[in-house]
Amino acid sequence: MKGLQVTGLNKAFGGLVVARDITLSLQPGDRTALIGPNGAGKTTFSNLITGILKPSSGEITLDGRDIRRLGEAQRVKAGIAKTFQITTLFRQLTVRENIRLALLEREGRALRFWHRADRDPGVEAEIEAQLAAFRLVPLADKPVADLAYGQQRLVEMAMTLALKPRVLILDEPAAGVPSSDSPLITDAIEALPKDLAVLIIEHDMKLVFKVARSIIVLVQGAILTQGTPAEIAADTRVRDLYLGAHHA
Amino acid sequence: MKMLRSFIPDTLLIALAVGAFFAFPYDLAFLTRIVIMMIFVLSIDLILGLGGIVTLGQAAMYGTGAYAAGLFAVHVSNDPLLGLLAGMAAGAVIALMSGLLLMRAGGLTLIMLSIAVAQVLAEIANRARDWTGGADGMRGIRMGPILGQWRFDFIGQTGYIYCVVVLFVVLFALKGLKASPLGLMARGIHESPARMRAIGAPVYQRRLILYTIGGAIAGIAGALAAQITQLVSLEVFSFTLSAEAVIMLILGGAGRLYGAILGVLIFMVVHHLAASVDPINWLFLIGLMVLLVVFFLPKGLLSLPPALQRLIGGAR
Repeated sequence: MKGLQVTGLNKAFGGLVVARDITLSLQPGDRTALIGPNGAGKTTFSNLITGILKPSSGEITLDGRDIRRLGEAQRVKAGIAKTFQITTLFRQLTVRENIRLALLEREGRALRFWHRADRDPGVEAEIEAQLAAFRLVPLADKPVADLAYGQQRLVEMAMTLALKPRVLILDEPAAGVPSSDSPLITDAIEALPKDLAVLIIEHDMKLVFKVARSIIVLVQGAILTQGTPAEIAADTRVRDLYLGAHHA
Repeated sequence: MKMLRSFIPDTLLIALAVGAFFAFPYDLAFLTRIVIMMIFVLSIDLILGLGGIVTLGQAAMYGTGAYAAGLFAVHVSNDPLLGLLAGMAAGAVIALMSGLLLMRAGGLTLIMLSIAVAQVLAEIANRARDWTGGADGMRGIRMGPILGQWRFDFIGQTGYIYCVVVLFVVLFALKGLKASPLGLMARGIHESPARMRAIGAPVYQRRLILYTIGGAIAGIAGALAAQITQLVSLEVFSFTLSAEAVIMLILGGAGRLYGAILGVLIFMVVHHLAASVDPINWLFLIGLMVLLVVFFLPKGLLSLPPALQRLIGGAR
C-alpha cells in the first residue's frame, strides 16, 4: 500500500477521547486539508502521525510499513516531516546554518567532528539551491531571529523540504503571518514538489480553498465528512459546525 | 586576513602562558592550577555553553578522572600520558553511565540529579578506603618522566609546561569540534530540541554523546590535577568545584571557549589577590565582581570589548 495509511486510529487521555476511529489515506501528490473547530483534535492527529503521541489503538503505515513503534526522529527519517503551528527554528543560527543542519541530519553527517560544517560540497550546493527556491538568498547570513515572521515561515518550509520527505504536514502554515505576507505562503505551498503528499491543518479558509484538492472535517476527534472543496462548501452540517461559526 | 585574525586570541594566549612562566617562576603551582581549571571549565563550556545542558555536577567526571589517574599511577604504570588517557576514559565512562539517566531529564531535575551523582561518587570514594585512602586522600602517586624524557621537578616547571600543552591540545580540539557538523548539531540542541527532533535527530542520544565528550575532557583535567599534586582527596567531587567552575564560565562568557579561559583567569587571579590582601572579606569582592558582570554583561567578560565599542560609538 502506497502513501500514508491511517486505519481506525484512537487516542484517549483517560476518559477524554481526542481521536476517534480516524481512517484516512494520503497518497503522493495529494493536497488534503484537515479542518475543524478549535479542540476538534487536529493537532492531536498531527502529533499521532509524527510520533509525538502514541495512539491508544489503530494502525499507521507508510508505504505499507508499520510505523507505530517509531519515535519522532525515526519517523522523520522514514519520510514524514512537519512544520509547527508556531514557527520553531534555531533562532540564533543563520538561515543558511538552519538549512545546513537539516541537510547534515538527512545525510547522517551531523556527528562528524573532523571537518568544518561548511565544507561539504554536496550539502553546500543543495543549501544554495534551497535558498534560491524560497528566495531567501539575500537573507542567508542573517540570524533567523532577525527575520519577519512570514520569512521565518519560509525558512521552516525550506528546512523541512530539505529533508526530502514523502509526507509533509503543515500545521497552520498561515497562523501568525500578516495578511500582506500570506501570498508568500500560498505560493510556497503551490510550488511544493508534485509527488509529495501534503496534509494542511488550517483555520484560514481562503488558504484551504485555494490549495486543497480534498478536505477532511474533524469534529470532536472524529471525521465528520470528507470531500472536494466544492462538496464541503455545500455541506450544511459543515456550514453549521464550522464555517457558520466563522461567517456568523 | 580573516584567517589571520582568528589566530590572534591563540597567539595572545601562548604569549601569556610563556610570559607567566618567566614572570612568576615561584608561583608555578598556582599557575598550573589555573591551567587545569581552564581545561575543566572548557569541558563545561562544551556541554553548557554549546549544548545548553545545564548541570552542577561536572566534578563527578573530574573526580573520577583524578582517582582513575591516581590508581593507574599506583597500580599500573607511572607514565603520565597513559595516566592521562586513563583519566580521560574514566571521565567518559562515568559521564556515559550517569548520562543514560541524566540526559533524559532537564531543567531543575537535571541539576539536582547531576549534583547527586557527584555526591554518590564522593561517598563511594570515601567508603572504598583500601583503594582511595578515603578521607585521608590517596597517597603514594609517583609520576615517571613525560615521554621518558622530562621529570617532574620540585618547582613545577615540567608540570606547568605539561598542563599548558594539554590545554592547547584540548582548546584546539574543541575549536575544531565547534566548527564541525557536531558543533552545529550541539548548537541546534541548545536552540531548539523540538526542531532537532523534527529534522530527524534523536536528541537524547545526541545529548548523551555531548555529555560523554564533556566527561572525557573533565576527566583529563582531573587526571592532570592528580598527577601534578600527586594526591587525590575527596574534594575532587565537591559541589563547590562544580559550582565555581560554572560561575567562572558565566563570568567569562559561555559558548565561546575563550570565555572559559578568560573567566578562569580573572576569577582565580582575583580570588588569589583578594584572599592575600584581605583574608576575611575576599569572598565579598568575588561576589561583587560576579554580580556586576552578570548584571551589566550577561554574555560575560568576553563581550566587554564590543560593549565598550558600542558605548564609544554611541557617544560620538
